[in-house]
Amino acid sequence: MGINRRTALKGLVVAGAAAAGVRRVQASGPIGIPDDAVGLLYDTTLCIGCKACVVACREANGLEADPGWSGGLYQAPADLNEYTKNIIKLYDEGGERSYMKAQCMHCADPACANACMLGAFKKREYGIVTYDVDLCIGCRYCQVACPFGIPKFEWAKVAPRMVKCELCQHRIAEGKIPACADVCPRGAVIYGKRADLLREAKDRLAKHPDKYIPKVYGEFDGGGTQVLYLSHVAFEKLGLPALGETSTPTLQRTIQHAAYRGFIAPVALYGVLGAVMFRNRKKNLTAGPGAQAPGEAGARPRPSASGRGGERGGQR
Amino acid sequence: MSAHAEPVGGRIFTRPFRVLFVLFALAGVAILWRLLTGLGQVTALNDGYPWGLWIAFDVVTGTALACGGYAMALMVYIVNKGEYHPLVRPAVLTSALGYTLAGIGIGLDVGRWWNIWRVPLFFWHWNLSSVLLEVALCVMAYILVLWIELSPAFLEKAQASGPPRLRQFADRALPILNRTLLWIIALGVLLPTMHQSSLGSLMLLAGPRLHPLWNTGWLPLLFLISCIAMGFAVVIFEAALSSLLLGRRPEMPMLSGIARAMVPIVLLYPALRLADIAWQGQLGLLFAFDRFSVMALLELALAIAPGILLMSPTRRASLGSLFRAAMLMMLAGGLYRFDTYLVAFRPGDNWSYFPSVPELTITIGLVAAEIMVYIALIKVFPILSGAPSFGGSAGAEPPATEKSAAEKAGAGWQPA
Repeated sequence: MGINRRTALKGLVVAGAAAAGVRRVQASGPIGIPDDAVGLLYDTTLCIGCKACVVACREANGLEADPGWSGGLYQAPADLNEYTKNIIKLYDEGGERSYMKAQCMHCADPACANACMLGAFKKREYGIVTYDVDLCIGCRYCQVACPFGIPKFEWAKVAPRMVKCELCQHRIAEGKIPACADVCPRGAVIYGKRADLLREAKDRLAKHPDKYIPKVYGEFDGGGTQVLYLSHVAFEKLGLPALGETSTPTLQRTIQHAAYRGFIAPVALYGVLGAVMFRNRKKNLTAGPGAQAPGEAGARPRPSASGRGGERGGQR
Repeated sequence: MSAHAEPVGGRIFTRPFRVLFVLFALAGVAILWRLLTGLGQVTALNDGYPWGLWIAFDVVTGTALACGGYAMALMVYIVNKGEYHPLVRPAVLTSALGYTLAGIGIGLDVGRWWNIWRVPLFFWHWNLSSVLLEVALCVMAYILVLWIELSPAFLEKAQASGPPRLRQFADRALPILNRTLLWIIALGVLLPTMHQSSLGSLMLLAGPRLHPLWNTGWLPLLFLISCIAMGFAVVIFEAALSSLLLGRRPEMPMLSGIARAMVPIVLLYPALRLADIAWQGQLGLLFAFDRFSVMALLELALAIAPGILLMSPTRRASLGSLFRAAMLMMLAGGLYRFDTYLVAFRPGDNWSYFPSVPELTITIGLVAAEIMVYIALIKVFPILSGAPSFGGSAGAEPPATEKSAAEKAGAGWQPA
């Protein structure tokens, strides 16, 4: 399947049919995004802020209701939190106004999965970043790592878990689609294969260049994400950080791999340290007072154990 | 051999000890509360600042301040300055205690602490890209290594005054330990080299959320160099304090020698830091005089000051100056770590963090426990060496001892 696709792309390039978009076409699947990758496409110009997706997400994922600061409303979380995997926010400043849907971005190269000691967060089937509580010790390094601030911790619980969108993988397994996309009355968020979503997004950009910021956020941002955004407002104003095209873990991984690849450097260093110490000991023994016996035990310039005990006894 | 470790002796339950115990008991209550409720009720931590005082101070700064054992092992066994051997054992004790408490700190900080055992044992799940995994495994192993390095002190005590069975065991164990200790000590140099640098790499993953003045590929090297400088500083700090509080004669030639060795390391850290900031074209940020620039400048000043102070041989000969310079270096390294983990970490304007009272209580209580155990152990076990009180002869000699000590270089190969 992958080979077919690649061959097809190659054919396109050779034919010169996509001469202008070579780079784009080739990079449509950044490293880490599998061929079967699925995702969401959210379009700010279509969202009406009804929050049906917020409720649907809660029900589909069996999350407790969060009255937030409201005191009695069914649904009023202040932000993504331990009860909320998906939320609609509002940006309203200087006459500019936009809704914003926030949930896990399902990165091509997820910082959370890179951080996780035992792989509780892992990119699995369809490129969905999933969570396995049995492998989590609650260290929260994923929270430090995620550039989007997505994983949330159950602060109020004695046995806390991490909480974040797993793209309704349980529904996908049943042949359904994620609840948020399923319930959206305006098609503001749609679900599909990432490649298809990207094509759709670019179609919209081409058809209505006046409506959008000319960019699909997530195509390359932060190394690429499986959730994509189209917006009429600058992405940063919606809380989508300017990340560049390099994924967050790149620098750390480059350094870490240089130092630890194959664990050769640490083993070599251990050998060198041991050898230096061994040589030092030998040098010290030969240079040391002749009275010392060359044996290792004799190298300790202190009286024999029993003699020492006696000596100390004498002091008391 | 004047450089012979002896128990300090004396009463353990002195008044200061009881005060420390009260602090520790308060922390015990807070710890119980944390374990029975959850992190949300007890700490000020939140989804924006998932790591707070316990990680920044108890773990990251605490282990760096516990690098005395590492620094002294480098000096005595790798650079082969056997004459500094008497300072190794107290340094290893502080390191063992510091790392053990850091381990306890991590245990309290993680949400699912009852699963910690899975980290070393579920090896088929190990995520080899995780820097935190490397740090966790290294720190666990190093705690073990430190207590093994220190074990001759306990065995010697058993030999000297233990019950017959224990004495027999010590008689048999000590020679074996002496033969193998070299490879343990080599681990004791390798492991901190790995995890102290990795404690720097750890925050590289915060990437765009870490302020550019701290977000640099040199983070691991800067953490490594500064932890060695801090390790030496702690050795001086501790020697000065115990001479003051226990009325012991300070081992001045040794302390001056360490101070001299420290100078290039202490200065290398701010030099490298400045060069990197300049190279990345961020001098503008350094002199922006906002919150970040002020903290970075303070860090640099705190590190440059002891480097310059210790350049003068007259100051190196004065215990007061040594003590002040050591304090400055400890502050410099501590602040660098605090800033990297808390101040320079910017999760967004809507988040804030200041440690809660129980968080502070636990941190203070753990430090109190460290001091308590240190005092108790040096009184009972042969840890400190040198003249027990003023008026002894050791340490009174001029720096010439550094040369004559070479004759006794074999002493470096006593068990740590």
